[in-house]
Amino acid sequence: MKLHQFSGLIAGLFFFFLTFAPVYARQEVEMADTMRSEGKIYVIVGIILIVLIGLIAYLYLLDKKIKKIEDKLK
Amino acid sequence: MKSWLKILGIVLLLYVHTAGLLMDVPRLAILNETVRALYFHVPMWFGMVLLYMLSVYYSIHYLRKPNPDTDSKSVAYAHVGTAFGILGIITGMLWANYTWGSPWHGDPKQNGAAIALLVYLAYFVLRGSLENEEQRARLSAVYNIFAFAAMIPLIFIIPRLTDSMHPGSGGNPGFNAYDLDSRMRLVFYPAVIGWFIIGLWIASLRIRIKRIEEKLDYNPS
Repeated sequence: MKLHQFSGLIAGLFFFFLTFAPVYARQEVEMADTMRSEGKIYVIVGIILIVLIGLIAYLYLLDKKIKKIEDKLK
Repeated sequence: MKSWLKILGIVLLLYVHTAGLLMDVPRLAILNETVRALYFHVPMWFGMVLLYMLSVYYSIHYLRKPNPDTDSKSVAYAHVGTAFGILGIITGMLWANYTWGSPWHGDPKQNGAAIALLVYLAYFVLRGSLENEEQRARLSAVYNIFAFAAMIPLIFIIPRLTDSMHPGSGGNPGFNAYDLDSRMRLVFYPAVIGWFIIGLWIASLRIRIKRIEEKLDYNPS
């Protein structure tokens, strides 16, 4: 193999990877589960629901605590 | 407070926070996805007004037939209502920052809401400054009626008479402009009811704490 053929091959391979490698990289890497689809909106829904449920649980525990004191006073 | 009511409130809010983010909304310029803030910002104000209405109801009730329990109901509803109002004003500022250009626009609706909240904050200052319980209950009941009578024009009438960017005032239509197909009502009304119920729940806890305190003052062990 002559030098110019070899460098041509290298250049060709380089060109090949430069053009097609990103295509391969983009292919099928994304795991299309629900939490990642639609701009990951479900993640935000989850976060907001955790905060909401947490605060309501807090309210419920407070309610129970007050109930206990009420029973004690009776 | 009945527990089925609490559960109803919780279920409604869980639905609102899921559907409010996932259901289709009208595509509008400038507002974009922030139109969804309607589900979370406006119920704060609706909840506030409903709680203030209950508060003023018990204030009038107190003036007609003085009873410490009515007074503690009145103050609890006003307290939770004010908390809702503060959340409403903060969420409104965040929304305004991205749709009107700045958090505080000096818009009649914003100014009116801020003054109304200050009027209600003065109610708590008034209560805190009076030692005698009976006097405190009576004077604050009278003031509460004044505060409610001032809040309604400040929030709902004056912004309509002048130019305001807020929907529902100054020639701007209310949220009818957004929900041409009334899709948004399916989430908005449950949001109002849900938050109102949670407000009632929090107020009921405050009322019960007050009752316990009174019982302890009555017969200290």
